[in-house]
Amino acid sequence: MKSPIGRFISYLFLVIVSFISVFPFYWMFVLSTRSNADAFKFPPILTPGNQFFTNLQTAWERSDFLTATVNTLIITGTVTVSQLFFCSLAAFALARLTFKGRKFLLLFIIITLTLPGIGQIPLYMIISKLNWINDLRAVIVPALVSAFGVFLIKQYIDASVHPELIESAKVDGARNFQTYYKIVLPIIKPGLATLAIITFMGTWNAFIWESIVLRDESVRTIQLAIRNLQGTYTRETAIVVTGAFVATLPLLAIFIPFSRQFIAGLAEGSVKG
Amino acid sequence: MSMGNKSENKKPRFKYGSQASKDALSGYLYVSPFFLLFTVFGLFPILFNMYVSLFSWRLFKGEPEFIGFQNYVWLLTDDPTFIKSIVNTFSMWFMATLPQLFLALVIAFVLNQAFVKFKDMFRMAIFMPFVTSLVAVTIIFGNLFSRDYGLINFILGTQGLDWLNDNRWLSHFAITLMVNWRWIGYNTIIYMAGLQTISKELYEAATIDGASKVQQFFYITIPQLRPIILFTLIMSVSGGMQLFVEPLVWAGAGGGADNQVLTMFLYMYNTAFGVQYNIGYGAAIGWVMFIIIILFAILNWIISTKLIKD
Repeated sequence: MKSPIGRFISYLFLVIVSFISVFPFYWMFVLSTRSNADAFKFPPILTPGNQFFTNLQTAWERSDFLTATVNTLIITGTVTVSQLFFCSLAAFALARLTFKGRKFLLLFIIITLTLPGIGQIPLYMIISKLNWINDLRAVIVPALVSAFGVFLIKQYIDASVHPELIESAKVDGARNFQTYYKIVLPIIKPGLATLAIITFMGTWNAFIWESIVLRDESVRTIQLAIRNLQGTYTRETAIVVTGAFVATLPLLAIFIPFSRQFIAGLAEGSVKG
Repeated sequence: MSMGNKSENKKPRFKYGSQASKDALSGYLYVSPFFLLFTVFGLFPILFNMYVSLFSWRLFKGEPEFIGFQNYVWLLTDDPTFIKSIVNTFSMWFMATLPQLFLALVIAFVLNQAFVKFKDMFRMAIFMPFVTSLVAVTIIFGNLFSRDYGLINFILGTQGLDWLNDNRWLSHFAITLMVNWRWIGYNTIIYMAGLQTISKELYEAATIDGASKVQQFFYITIPQLRPIILFTLIMSVSGGMQLFVEPLVWAGAGGGADNQVLTMFLYMYNTAFGVQYNIGYGAAIGWVMFIIIILFAILNWIISTKLIKD
C-alpha cells in the first residue's frame, strides 16, 4: 500500500485490535492490586494499587490454592509427558511403518477429531465403576494420549523425516524402537515442543470434565479453585480476580518467550490438517 | 518363475522374521496405547450414551427402567427449556462466528502487508487471549460487563444497563464478545499461515490491473483461502455448538434467571450432573445435540463451499 493514509489506517487498526486483546490482562492486573472496595467505584479506577499480596493471601487461604496448584501440576505434568511419548510413538508407526489397516486407523483418527464430545455420561459411569470419582486419575488416564496429538506429530513426521532416513537405519540393523528413539525423536523436537505447549495449556485450563469428577476440595485444580472462589465470594471482586490472574500468570510466562515457535507450530499443524 | 516365488513376491509381510513382519508387529504395538485408551474412554462412551438414553435412569437413586425412545419424545415435544437452549446456542453461534472469522481475515490480511513493521509483536498481542483459561476470561468480562461499576457501561455511558438480565439478545451479544475476544487471534494465526501459500504474483498482477486492496481482499484472498476458511468454520461449528464455560461461569448452571444464556451442552450437564443426576434424559440430550452438530456442520460445509466458489 503506497498511500500514507492507507498505511496510517492499517496501523491504527492493528493498534486498536492489539489494545483490545491485551487490555483485559491489564484489567486483571489492576483489579488484583486493588481492594474490594476499589472494585466497586464508579467511574472505575484504571491504575494499579498496592493490595496484590493481601489479596493473594486471602485468595490463597479461602480456596486452598496450594493444594490446587499441586494437583494441577501433577495432572498437567503426567498428561504432557505421557502425550509426548504415546502420541509420537503412534505417529511414527502411522507415518513410517507399513502394516495392514494403517490407512483405516488414520481415517479413524481424523474422524474422531471432528466428532463432538458427548460421552461424558458413560465416561462418568466408567470412572465411577473404577472408583476414581474425586481421584486425579479420573482426569489423567483418559487424557494420556489424544487423537489430536497423534495427528499433529504424524503431520510433522510426514514433512520432516525422510523415508530414506528410516530405510538406511534399517539397513544398518537398527530395531524399530531404536529408529524411533535415536533418529525420529531428535528431528521432530520442534513438533514435540508445540504439542507440549498445547497440551500443557489445554490441561492447565481444562474445566468441564474436571468440574464433573473432581468435586472434593482435596482434588480441586486451579480452575476449579477460582471458579469456587467466584461462586462463593461474589462480592469480593478483587480476591476473585487475583485468583484468576495468578492462574493465568504461569501460562503467560510460558507463552511470551516461546510465542514465535508456538504460533508457528500451531498454524502449521492446522493448515496442513 | 515358480509358484513359490510368485506368492513370496505378493505377500512378503507374512515371512516370519522379515523386516516387514517386524514393522507390522511394531506398528500395532506402537498404536495400541492410543487405540486401547481411546476405545475405552472415547469411543465406547459415545456409543453407550445411546443405550443409557433409552432408560429412565437416575444415578444413586433406584434402578434404571427401560422406556425406549420416551426420553426423546419428551425432549422434542414437551420440553420448552431444551428448545430454548437450542435457540440460545444458535443465536450465540450466529452472532459470534461471522464477525469472528471476518475480522480475523481482515487482521491477517493487514498484518500480511509488506510495509507493516513489528509483525511479531502485533501477532503476539492478538494471539495472547487464546492462552487464558475460559474461567479467567469469563470472570474478567463479567466484571467489565457489571451493571453498576463496569468499565464497559462507563465507556458507553450506559450505567445501570444489565447486560445479563435486561434483554435476552443483549446477554447473547455479551457472551459473543467473550468468545470472540479469545478466538479472533487464533483464527488470525491460522489465516496468516494460509496467506503465506498464496503466490505474490497474483497480487502483483492485480495491482497492475488497477485492483484496490479491498478488491484484492475479496477477489483473491478469500477465494484462495477457501480450504482454510472451511476448516475454521467447521472448527467454530463444533466449538460454538458446545459452548459451555462462559454461560456457566457468568450466569450460573441454569444459564441465567430466565435460562437466557442456557446452551444445549449446559442443559445436558445440569440434567446429568446437577442435583438430579438424571443421566437417562441427559444422554438423550447428548445424542440430539450430537445429531444437530453433525447436520449443522454438513450444512455449513455445503453452503460455504457454494458461496466461496461464486
